[in-house]
Amino acid sequence: MNITVAVESGEALPSASEAGPAPKRIVVAYGFWIFLLSDIVMFSALFAAYAVLQHASAGGPTGAQLFNQSRVAIETACLLASSYTCGLMSLAVNSRRRFATYLGALLTFVLGVAFLSLEIREFADMIAQGAGPQRSAFLSAFFALVGCHGLHVTAGLVWLVVMMGQVASKGFRPAVQRRLQCFSLFWHALDIVWVGLFTVVYLMGVTQ
Amino acid sequence: MNLLGKLDWSAIPFDQPIIMGAGAFMVLAIVGILSWVTLKGYVPYLWREWITSVDHKRIGVMYFLLALVMLLRGFSDAIMMRAQQAVAAGGAQGYLPPEHFDQVFSAHGTIMIFFVAMPFVIGLMNFVLPLQLGVRDVAFPTLNSVSFWLTASGVLLINISLVVGEFAKTGWIAYPPLSELQFSPGVGVDYYLWSLQISGVGTLLTGINFVTTILKLRAPGMGYMRMPVFCWTSLAANLLIVAAFPVLTATLGMLLLDRYLGFHFFTVDGQGNAMMYVNLFWVWGHPEVYILILPPFGIFSEVVATFSGKPLFGYRSMVAATMAICVLSFLVWLHHFFTMGASADVNGFFGVMTMIIAVPTGVKVFNWLFTMYGGRVRFEVPILWSIGFMVTFVIGGMSGVLMAVPPADFQLHNSLFLVAHFHNVIIGGVIFGVMAGYNYWFPKAFGFKLDERWGRASFWCWLIGFYVAFMPLYVLGLMGMTRRMQHYDNVAWQPWLVVAAIGTAIILVGIVCQIVQLVVSIRDRDRLRVTGDPWNGRTLEWSTASPPPAWNFAVLPQVAERDSFWVAKHRAGARQAQPEPARQYEPIEVPKNSPVGVVNAFFAVVIGFALIWHIWWMAGLGLIGTFLAILVFAFRDGDETEVPAEQVAEFDRLHEARVAI
Repeated sequence: MNITVAVESGEALPSASEAGPAPKRIVVAYGFWIFLLSDIVMFSALFAAYAVLQHASAGGPTGAQLFNQSRVAIETACLLASSYTCGLMSLAVNSRRRFATYLGALLTFVLGVAFLSLEIREFADMIAQGAGPQRSAFLSAFFALVGCHGLHVTAGLVWLVVMMGQVASKGFRPAVQRRLQCFSLFWHALDIVWVGLFTVVYLMGVTQ
Repeated sequence: MNLLGKLDWSAIPFDQPIIMGAGAFMVLAIVGILSWVTLKGYVPYLWREWITSVDHKRIGVMYFLLALVMLLRGFSDAIMMRAQQAVAAGGAQGYLPPEHFDQVFSAHGTIMIFFVAMPFVIGLMNFVLPLQLGVRDVAFPTLNSVSFWLTASGVLLINISLVVGEFAKTGWIAYPPLSELQFSPGVGVDYYLWSLQISGVGTLLTGINFVTTILKLRAPGMGYMRMPVFCWTSLAANLLIVAAFPVLTATLGMLLLDRYLGFHFFTVDGQGNAMMYVNLFWVWGHPEVYILILPPFGIFSEVVATFSGKPLFGYRSMVAATMAICVLSFLVWLHHFFTMGASADVNGFFGVMTMIIAVPTGVKVFNWLFTMYGGRVRFEVPILWSIGFMVTFVIGGMSGVLMAVPPADFQLHNSLFLVAHFHNVIIGGVIFGVMAGYNYWFPKAFGFKLDERWGRASFWCWLIGFYVAFMPLYVLGLMGMTRRMQHYDNVAWQPWLVVAAIGTAIILVGIVCQIVQLVVSIRDRDRLRVTGDPWNGRTLEWSTASPPPAWNFAVLPQVAERDSFWVAKHRAGARQAQPEPARQYEPIEVPKNSPVGVVNAFFAVVIGFALIWHIWWMAGLGLIGTFLAILVFAFRDGDETEVPAEQVAEFDRLHEARVAI
């Protein structure tokens, strides 16, 4: 029965909530959204801890003394650009262009690695200055929050490599496409978390 | 550099006869069961049909079994505490030394919340939800198996702590700075943290799975306002899991960082903030209370409506009350520590919110009462538990509202009054609800009813035993006795504690009755055999065979109203049982079994154990193993097998699920 027939015969269309089980593509993406929400809740606990401990520097260095604005700006640019290339990869996946998918994935991967190495550099420099997480509660909260995001990026990079292996060995079958869809959701969510982190930690940190 | 980290022979307490006895008993029981299973040749069957099963019904049953076993463990701890406090008065020290007593109360709380109440509730949701929603499985069946096995990993770790090393001596909430390395240098707190982290991941995955299932997989026609109330309360509980458990993960993660890498989140030095732990812990902890109680509220709603032969009174208000509790549960956490010293405004706000959250709960109680009013109530075992709940829970709720008043709480904080209150709502609410659900849905799961006589005996022992065990604790709390006392000087408390110990013994009789009930029912299963609809039920799970086939429904039910199975039965009766149009059978896709859950659980235990004992190489191996297991699973081909239409039709012919009215 198509829509016009239903309207002409005066029958009410069943509402979306009564349409029966949703197709697998929808169910998987929906479940992954819920997972992302839970992940953001976890980050919010770390954000809360950071907000509480922000000034608890125990006589040690403060954020204003430690943060290097230009490096963080490059980091942010890398991560935002990687979201863009990840979007290009999604388009390539939708039109099932294998080469373009690999290219998008490669760019995303390289930008992600660049972000991570800058972050690791930052951590190493801070620890070398004696501003490691053991120095004060403020630095504990900083390393936990930023490090947790970094671990997510690392996991995302591993996931991306595995997915390219799946594209290579299995092609664009529905399961692989669903996973790639979830990957891009994950990658964009990490961007959103970073925007919050950039604002709360780095921008607000240097004004104090 | 020691290859086994901190682990050596001194970890096993050979000089503690109680622990060694309990440990030997556990090892003997496990070895006995394993060798019996192996000798009888059941291993391939168990592996194929249960351990690697991704069927939500099987997983639900396994969750329930796990919880029953752990109930015995947690209850043994309860008996030990009650016995200790009954004798350790005046100068007496009792039979448990302080460091052992501290482990017992910590283990009791941790086990009862995380490994008894949670798996009970999640097990029932697993079994019932897809059947009530009229679908064939949960949204992510394999993930469901992973969740179960991660919970089992946590259980295994906490039981290992009994024999190898020690458990936390910090109470089940593990407040810092006591739980920091400085004051708890042993492995006890690490056992606590890793077993909760691992099982917490499982619980979170369950929450994601069920929220998706309820919101995206329902039978055609089942709009939100046609869902059974149990589905609504489960939805609320799982939304709370998704929103609250990540906070627990983050909080325990911070404590782990403090203990393992010298961070300063909650330490005394480095300007750490211990009260932040307490706040974060209860931001998870109070919603957790409602994660536990909301599904039982749904069970009572189903049971009361079914056994009163009436539709549930005030369905819409029930749904509204459920969702109101879901939201409000995030606005009351500070009532767990009014004594923190927040300003009067803050305490006042949280006190008022706590009183407000009692309102939707009150709405529910009246709805159940009005459902029974004017109904023809059949006093079978599930409704006994429900009535016992209504009386007991209202008392527990009122003592809760009493403590919501901050000045009163200053007096009652950390006293036995508090202990009495939360046992009053958790036993009277969660456990009674789980027992009602167990008796109610058991015939659906196994095709025969549980024995009625033993069920009644068990109910009365639990009910009477509960009052005898916990009413004295209210009195003791008002007399000024604080919780977690290994011994005490005030001999005036002793008679009350002796009465409480007697109450525990009565509950023990109730538990024994339950075990006997199960054994007797299995023995007499041919006498107790039932059709698909033993209770004259109202919701869709009763419209299929008992036990249901792997695919649940041969043809997905079409839902046009609330209580659709009940309405369909009456319509069929009114039409003088006109022959139904022949069913069109189609082949059904069912998910394939997968060992990924149990393999992952194995590596999770390896990782957890290695991290507890600082055996870093083993933790690395475990991580690699987990990664490889997931990789192999991700690269497998074909997630589903097809059940041919003829097989579905054949099953339907052999199992007449319809019931003549």
